Amino acid sequence: MAGGNSDIEFIKKGKRLDGRKPDELREVRIEAGVLNRADGSCYLEWGNNKVYAGVFGPIECHPRHKQQQDRAIVQARYTMAPFSVNDRKRPGYDRRSSEISYITSQALERVVMVELFPRAAIRVDMQVVEAHAGTRCAALTAASVALADAGIPMRDIIPSCAAGKVSDTVVLDLNKEEDNYGQADLPLAIVPSTGEVVLLQLDGHLTPDEFEQAFDLAYKGCMDLYDIQRAALANRYGGSA
Amino acid sequence: MSNATVANLMRGHIETLAAQGKRTDGRGTNEFRGVSIETGLISTAEGSSRVSLGDTTVMCGVKLLVGTPYPDSPGRGSMTTTAELACLASEQFEPGPPREPAIELARVVDRGIRESQMINFEDLCIKHGEKVWVVFIDMHILDHGGNLFDCCTLAGAAALSNAKIPNVQHGIADKDVDLPISCWPISCTFAKLGEAIVLDPNHEEETVMNARLTVAHDENGNLRAMQKGYNGAFTGDEIKAAVKTARTADKVLRKALKEAAG
Repeated sequence: MAGGNSDIEFIKKGKRLDGRKPDELREVRIEAGVLNRADGSCYLEWGNNKVYAGVFGPIECHPRHKQQQDRAIVQARYTMAPFSVNDRKRPGYDRRSSEISYITSQALERVVMVELFPRAAIRVDMQVVEAHAGTRCAALTAASVALADAGIPMRDIIPSCAAGKVSDTVVLDLNKEEDNYGQADLPLAIVPSTGEVVLLQLDGHLTPDEFEQAFDLAYKGCMDLYDIQRAALANRYGGSA
Repeated sequence: MSNATVANLMRGHIETLAAQGKRTDGRGTNEFRGVSIETGLISTAEGSSRVSLGDTTVMCGVKLLVGTPYPDSPGRGSMTTTAELACLASEQFEPGPPREPAIELARVVDRGIRESQMINFEDLCIKHGEKVWVVFIDMHILDHGGNLFDCCTLAGAAALSNAKIPNVQHGIADKDVDLPISCWPISCTFAKLGEAIVLDPNHEEETVMNARLTVAHDENGNLRAMQKGYNGAFTGDEIKAAVKTARTADKVLRKALKEAAG
């Protein structure tokens, strides 16, 4: 958060700058099984965000010292393409990518039945090819679908969505301008069948009331994404979502 | 089962087929797999493409930024090429900084584009000795189904073909213009399987090939870049034959590229 740029009026007549209502998601499109080589894959467009996720596994765990004797580990990796942002991003791994990869791995380990594959690794790679705010949620949402597409046993799939605050109003799913100049950003990921929270971050400024409002809004956003995720899998494999 | 084991089992089969002029996917010796080219997919990039060659897929983004020229070429823009072997493209790709294969790939593609003078760097000078456009060509491998070299060269050329110079964003002029393109490099890669040589190796063939040769031509049939790879060898005659084959075999890619570029 840039500390809130008060010059920008983010909400006019109940509509946001991109025409959405405060509690409205950007358009999300999910397709499962888009890559040939990966065991499971997913392509996701969320507004103008574009993300590929690919899964390999269970495979041998490298480096060896990361092996767990009683379970598999999930090695998630989040990368942004140099051309995914307006100013070219230097290729390679930075601290932000490391942190996102780390918390994503931990979120996914909650639903993947890791106890079935001792000493193995399940590799999840997320490639952001176009970024317009909310890419960590987009990447995690895509990763869950790719894991399911790979046939990895899971308790549930994880949807992820952010809420935030702009012009003193709590809104769902910040766009680029809202993310850059808004007042708060609260990414959330949940396990829908149990209601567990598996990823939560906040930066910015929220009152306790606003936090509750933002949390509930993000939770609702996750549930909407859950339907889209299941529809994508049903679309690929048949059955009803 | 490790890939090395599979490779040993496959080797005999693939080499026997190749000796009879056949291939595992039913193609002829000098036939490319199906190609598809889409352009202009990424709005944050000045030019972009997604190219598939068989089951290999590469996404390429071109960015143009204002930089300072090199002291030895004060009136010329410059170009940087990178290749990211994304982990989702192959179980063999490991996370981490680019290793030799990714660096070799980026440099071979770079040479094909640079030496063909596809981009005239003098057109990219903004202020002599002070300001020039720097062209970044970043290739993301999404699916590794063999022959990354030709797919990447094609993706790079396709992304450049729809790139705009972002004059407005950088306050250089009041209108964005197309990046001027003067010619079209196309590369053809050959693999040596036993004693046979095939064009456009697929993933299976690459796991057992003992030598690789990439030949890049411009549209006038002149050579612009070459690279021999792996620890096997070609005879002089084999290389001359491959160069000759490349001159006609690349027509199908050239046609696809021209169509995509409009």
